[in-house]
Amino acid sequence: MAVVTKGPAGPPAKVPGRPALRRGRFSVVWRPRTVLVLAVTALVLLLALVVNIGRGDFPISIGEVVAVLLGGGDRGQRFIVLDLRLPQSLTGALVGGALAVSGAITQAVARNPLASPDIIGITMGASATAVFVIVLGGGFGVVGGALAAAGLPIAALIGGLLTAAVIYGLSWRRGIQGFRLVLVGIGINAMLLALVQWLLVVAEIYEAARATVWLTGSLNARGWEHVVPVGLALVVLVPAALVLAHALGALQFGDDTARGLGLRVDRARTWLLVVAVGLAAVATASAGPIAFVALVAPQIAQRLVGAARPPIAASMLVGAALTVLSDVIARTALPSPLPVGIVTAVVGAPYLLYLLARHGREART
Amino acid sequence: MPGPTTGPPRAPRRSLRGRRIVGLVLLLAALVAGALLSVAVGAKPIPPGVVWDALVRPDLSLEDHIVVRSLRIPRTVLGLVAGAALGLSGALIQGHTRNPLADPGLLGVNAGAAFLVVIGIYLFGVTDPLGYVWFAFAGAAAASVAVFVLGSVGRGGATPVTLALAGSAISALLGALTSAVILVDVATLDAYRFWAVGSLAGRDGEVLTNVVWFLGAGALMALASAPALNALSLGDDVARSLGHSVRRTRVLGIVAITLLAGGATAACGPIAFVGLVVPHIVRTFTGPDYRWLLPASALSGAVLLLVGDVLGRVLVRPGELQVGIVLALVGAPFFIHLVRRRKMVNI
Repeated sequence: MAVVTKGPAGPPAKVPGRPALRRGRFSVVWRPRTVLVLAVTALVLLLALVVNIGRGDFPISIGEVVAVLLGGGDRGQRFIVLDLRLPQSLTGALVGGALAVSGAITQAVARNPLASPDIIGITMGASATAVFVIVLGGGFGVVGGALAAAGLPIAALIGGLLTAAVIYGLSWRRGIQGFRLVLVGIGINAMLLALVQWLLVVAEIYEAARATVWLTGSLNARGWEHVVPVGLALVVLVPAALVLAHALGALQFGDDTARGLGLRVDRARTWLLVVAVGLAAVATASAGPIAFVALVAPQIAQRLVGAARPPIAASMLVGAALTVLSDVIARTALPSPLPVGIVTAVVGAPYLLYLLARHGREART
Repeated sequence: MPGPTTGPPRAPRRSLRGRRIVGLVLLLAALVAGALLSVAVGAKPIPPGVVWDALVRPDLSLEDHIVVRSLRIPRTVLGLVAGAALGLSGALIQGHTRNPLADPGLLGVNAGAAFLVVIGIYLFGVTDPLGYVWFAFAGAAAASVAVFVLGSVGRGGATPVTLALAGSAISALLGALTSAVILVDVATLDAYRFWAVGSLAGRDGEVLTNVVWFLGAGALMALASAPALNALSLGDDVARSLGHSVRRTRVLGIVAITLLAGGATAACGPIAFVGLVVPHIVRTFTGPDYRWLLPASALSGAVLLLVGDVLGRVLVRPGELQVGIVLALVGAPFFIHLVRRRKMVNI
């Protein structure tokens, strides 16, 4: 076990051959492979960021990008890097990280690799409200034009949180069961999808096109105003997730065992889900529901680390790297630039299929 | 489930048979009522007497008779056939994957159909429902076969979860490719969005005649596989020891699902929820026996699609809400209610 649950008294369990690090009620086992994976993924992420900032209509060499980031470079380069490409790339990294952590938590809590926020309808809730604003916003006068554009992320955030609250409320029946949560989420997801499709039919064609870009998940023209909210959400929620994560180790054995280990199962699950929902909603509000990151990144991270459940920190870095690399491809490697969500799906889906082909048995958890 | 706790031991079995018969009678009655409503209700209400006249002694100089014969009846028949096909395919998929979440949509059928329809519009300039049929059918068939193949190649074989994961992976992949095309070409988006909601409106009789053979063959295969499915629901090993060929049953099942779900999607566009909800409802009175479950699912699917279509015509007069949307808005809350009320059905 990666995480040793706290006991009310007595020495915590030991993992043979692995020294334990303890501080107060928390303890962690020293796992060199996890640390190595974290370091390598972080390196890949940094490289991807620098490459993504360098490439574009005005190519800037990697050395110059690093120079600008360290305070050098001429005014043109500084503008392109600091005002245009850095915020877009950072948004991608942060959104990818947030989605991945959200997916890691929901998958671990539900003990089901399918239970990522995009499957259970949370990102669809955010998308539906966003499309609602895009399609009907102009018609209401009050939220037309620029105000509608500024209101879009807020509407998406509210939509995602509301949807999650509805799903949670409807799944609650003397506690939350992972399976029921997934089922209710799929129901809500289908309903919202129908609403979105109806909105696309009644919309003017140019609004429908804009809504489709949003629905795919795009990082185009994301500025610092998109970086800040996701960054704040990550700074607050990821540490919370890491603290709460000790509960995950016990939860994966089932509720009764977890209770036997002294865990307040429903409270732990509720708080973990609150964190997951907050991350997914904020991420979707910033960049749309970028496909597959929340589903695939935790699965990749789990296999890299060799853990029994999706690890949080590694998932975050894998999700961020995956998203930024996809953005590089989406922006520059294709004949015409496409939203990043298309690339994440085209890259992510075959990987999941590969996992299925290779590890069919393990995917059954 | 609360039930009679006293009484002779035979009582539950007899009451199950009673429930099944009452259920089937009610379903048939609902089917007739739904069909009548579907012919009578619309932008122009037509009294039952006129409907009857149009059927038995048509007078093509009367506008009402033309509406009934050339619009309402083909639409109703399409709804009946497609609904039955979707209900059947849902029950089959849930049976074969032993997964109560399984639905043609979840296993990639809708995404496959959508992708090839988009290709048809973008590359070949197809723009009417009749032209979409073959693209949709080919896409649905290819996607469902791909999902089953990919879901089976792992070391564990085709387990419920690998199938569902393969389905969502293929769906996401095809969905992204679909988005890529409609983002590049706005004209394609404009045609595609009207197909993607799923509707019985504006499909003429020829759409149905194109797919009805596939649907018929699929339905026959489905009904014939009922005993083998009963055996499979006890587990592959038990089914094998009872003398059933698991492989043959699976292949037959996949072909039947592909024909039924692909044909229905080709005719009406992607309609979610019929395949997902119907078996859950039907199981409450048929129990798990597929010889009852499959025919009842076909009937329920037909009723659900017809009633949804009629509701769509009534709800937003003088406009019309497409049946795919109505079914999601009605089906999802019902589905959630089912999830909450019952202990989850194990298949």
